[in-house]
Amino acid sequence: MAELEASTTAGARRARPISPHLQIYRPMLTMMMSIVHRITGAALYFGFLLLAWWLIAAASGPNAYANFEWFIGSFIGRVVLFGYTWALLHHMLGGIRHLIWDTLHGFEPAEREWLTLATIVGSITLTVLVWIVGYLAMGGPR
Amino acid sequence: MIGQHPNEMRTPMRRVRGLGPAHTGTGHFWHQRVTSAAGVLLSIALIVIAIALLGRSHAAAVQILASPLVAILMLLFIVNSAYHMWIGMQEIILDYVHEDKAKLFSLLANTFFCFAVAFASAFAILKLSFGV
Ligand code: HEM
Ligand code: HEM
Repeated sequence: MAELEASTTAGARRARPISPHLQIYRPMLTMMMSIVHRITGAALYFGFLLLAWWLIAAASGPNAYANFEWFIGSFIGRVVLFGYTWALLHHMLGGIRHLIWDTLHGFEPAEREWLTLATIVGSITLTVLVWIVGYLAMGGPR
Repeated sequence: MIGQHPNEMRTPMRRVRGLGPAHTGTGHFWHQRVTSAAGVLLSIALIVIAIALLGRSHAAAVQILASPLVAILMLLFIVNSAYHMWIGMQEIILDYVHEDKAKLFSLLANTFFCFAVAFASAFAILKLSFGV
């Protein structure tokens, strides 16, 4: 209280009651997935630079393209590309979930848990599948 | 407060202008949904195209990227995603950045970033397509 009065007399803005945020809630899968949707969205945002680099390199000529291929073929490049694949697929499935929710379907407790679980399981499965197909297309890991 | 609904939290001026904190209304919400729906198809297209290009020589990659269908799908992906992520990042900024100058700066940076990557990527596709 003393603090409060001091700040009022000092002419500062009075401390107002604020609503609780994330930390007071028991973590739930749907909550975590909401956070992951935002994080993957932001990751894809900056990941767009990678796409731009790839296209500009292709347009610039063989040397620039070789530089890009060197990066993407390196260990870090592979990890980044794998992460981008997963982020895109996860964000896409999460987005489809959002679109389903926008039609006011899928809000029953069991349904929303199921949808959320399907997002994470689906995105991991699809990412692995895409990479298997990718390696097959290249004729084995490099 | 003539004519104001008892539960209305907006001031009459806000209602007249029809503006929220982003200075535009629900339009962005809807555009986010439209670009999401298109994004599903276009992202699948991007993944297929990327797989088709894996491990190919520069000449072969150029040939694929420059073919009309691939180039059009790539351009659609670029434009659709740029708008989608511009709205999305604006939403994130408005959730977390409240100080006026920082907000203005981040909103500007968001716009510059999205325009820059989209134009650079689209330019690359066009250059490949028209072969100059
Ligand atoms: C990434 C997933 C997250 C989502 C979807 C999310 C969502 C939100 C939303 C919707 C708001 C309300 C914004 C407003 O209307 O003012 C908010 C506020 C806030 N979030 Fe998060 N949040 C996330 C992660 C985090 C994390 C990881 C932190 C802390 C490290 C955090 C800290 C805060 C704080 C401090 C506010 C209050 C900001 C303010 O209004 O002054 N959030 N968040
Ligand atoms: C490169 C591609 C993409 C990028 C860079 C991107 C980026 C973003 C960003 C930054 C957000 C804001 C996140 C937030 O407010 O929490 C967002 C939201 C969203 N994204 Fe994406 N996204 C991409 C692809 C997609 C795709 C393919 C879908 C397909 C369904 C999608 C569906 C959504 C939806 C529905 C939202 C709104 C979620 C909400 O209202 O909380 N996005 N995206």
